[in-house]
Amino acid sequence: MSVLAEPKTEEMTSAVAMNSALDCAMAADPTVILLGEDIADPIGGVFKVTKGLSTKYGTHRVRSTPISEQAIVGTAIGLSMAGYRPVAEIMFFDFVTVAMDQIVNHATKLRYMSGGATPAPITVRTTVGGSRFGAQHAQSLEAWFMHTPGIKVVMPSNPVDAKGLLTSCVFDDDPCLFIEHLNLAYSSKAEVPVDDLRIPLGKANVLTEGSDITLITYGPTVSLVRAAAETLAGHGIGVEVIDLRTLMPLDLDTVFDSVTKTRRAVVVHEATQFMGPGAEIGAQIHEQLFGELLGPVLRVGARFTPVPFSQGLSNAPSTERILAAVHSLVDQP
Amino acid sequence: MTAPTTETLLGREAAERIYQLMLTTKLADDRAREETKAGGLQAAFYPVRGLEAVCAALGEVLRPDDQLVSTYRNLADALAKGVSLRAIMAELYGRIDGVSKGKGGAMHLHDTAVGFMTTTGVVGSGLPISLGLGLGAQLDGSDRVVVVTFGDGATSIGAAHEALNLAVLWKLPILFLCQNNQWGEHTPIAEYAGSTDLRGRAEAYGMAAHRVDGFDLFATLACLRDAVATLREGGGPVFVEAMTYRLTGHTGTADFSYVPADELAAAMDRDPAPVFRSWLTGAGGMTEDETVAVERRAEQAVADAFAFAQASPLPGPDELWTDVFATDLVSWEER
Repeated sequence: MSVLAEPKTEEMTSAVAMNSALDCAMAADPTVILLGEDIADPIGGVFKVTKGLSTKYGTHRVRSTPISEQAIVGTAIGLSMAGYRPVAEIMFFDFVTVAMDQIVNHATKLRYMSGGATPAPITVRTTVGGSRFGAQHAQSLEAWFMHTPGIKVVMPSNPVDAKGLLTSCVFDDDPCLFIEHLNLAYSSKAEVPVDDLRIPLGKANVLTEGSDITLITYGPTVSLVRAAAETLAGHGIGVEVIDLRTLMPLDLDTVFDSVTKTRRAVVVHEATQFMGPGAEIGAQIHEQLFGELLGPVLRVGARFTPVPFSQGLSNAPSTERILAAVHSLVDQP
Repeated sequence: MTAPTTETLLGREAAERIYQLMLTTKLADDRAREETKAGGLQAAFYPVRGLEAVCAALGEVLRPDDQLVSTYRNLADALAKGVSLRAIMAELYGRIDGVSKGKGGAMHLHDTAVGFMTTTGVVGSGLPISLGLGLGAQLDGSDRVVVVTFGDGATSIGAAHEALNLAVLWKLPILFLCQNNQWGEHTPIAEYAGSTDLRGRAEAYGMAAHRVDGFDLFATLACLRDAVATLREGGGPVFVEAMTYRLTGHTGTADFSYVPADELAAAMDRDPAPVFRSWLTGAGGMTEDETVAVERRAEQAVADAFAFAQASPLPGPDELWTDVFATDLVSWEER
């Protein structure tokens, strides 16, 4: 009888899991190069995701840069053309806007504009979430990139996915935007395989099965939605929770399969609701399954305001809004 | 002092090569502008007239494995690096035999096989990309060098300054070649730059920086040869500001009646290919017949490339969906 050994695991936060992903990738492939502000030791990145890696692999492979986001992403693009697998850290999602030209005009289009000759398989890691810095360090801008052909957009919701999806991004042959939510980086822990772990991009994860309604979400709102699902289960409402994990490619097949069964859906995300990812997902469901639906696909996203600073204010989705949306669909006569 | 000849300065083969390249560039540029104005060529074409000597000199000092990043005024760079004129012209016409199957257009020439890595359509954006290519050469332990070409206008954008600083910090083997044609689109340099000493901007970052007369082939050749030698020896990046003048409008069809007539006339008197011809048949020691033979080759190459491009088919409809991602995805609209 053959015995398949369980992979060795350790308890990790998402930050540690991402560090482990980069460590495994750098050990496996000498062309993996990290770039970003403050990423080398002793700081090891302001969020510690690259802690220890410059000491282990050298500052020629883990390169602290000036505060120059265009130069960081441009360097990554050039490195990818030279045969390397660069991973650029942009400290906050808001600062990705400073490098938009390099990402949107260059990385995403180089494969197409060259007829396939000069793709730019870079990974850009960035963080989002939390309002303690105010509105310029908190924006969820993923819809901008989903809207732009040529780049994959990935947002994990837990430590295992953080490791497996980041590793897949590093070795993917397309540019990838990997978004880390600060609420997830340190708060929850999970047993994560210590060795190489890859989770395919473009595959959603069905977290709970249910027959009454599908809740579609990703990243930081996964935990919110799971909690809501438990509450709803207590009221006899069976909720299917889908963690998209990857926003581009978007796993619409999994979404359609679920909604075909439940005939109701709500999309939840921390990005702005108006013109947000949920608008496209909702439209896709309506176009594909209009005759099957028992009600409109609803959205619960951030209110149409900048992210407020004060703890007395919030534009983010709440449990109450999620429950209200579900009840408005399920409680119909 | 003995006058220089092809034998003492360049060698006969190099002199012929340079003249043929400069003339091919000039003729291809002239023809592209004619075709654009006539409406047969539907492309935003940015003429390179005035840059022939700078680019020919660059072509002489680079090896095939050296890498170049260009900006959209790119025809002379591409030819200097050895990109096929047929494939360039087919790309301008948006045809399947173009360097990008017609999907990039005039602003996005490339041929990695000859080290012509990419062309950006955004002013100044090539400089950050050159950093990565330079870092790649450094990490590889190779003595290949990277050149990024850009106009004077690019020195006004922030990305260029980020790149200059980082190149010095990391001692990257990059030649920053500023092809100063003295016009930022339709605005003369003195009206958009507080200081027109662009060389000085690079020097302020701690970079070796030179200014050279870009209409003077010999001076430019010497300057670029020294710069590339410095790069190969690991001496860190070099900035060269080659002073030229734009001999046409900003685009192939743009009005440029605003260009001061005396300035343009003075620059036309120094038009690189005709000036080099005078040198070749005079001090250079080439006969009229030998020179005409080179000219016939250039004319034929240009005629052949346009005929090839015009006969090449358009890309098929499936090409719309390829090369978006590494693996072609289902079209989201048509699923």
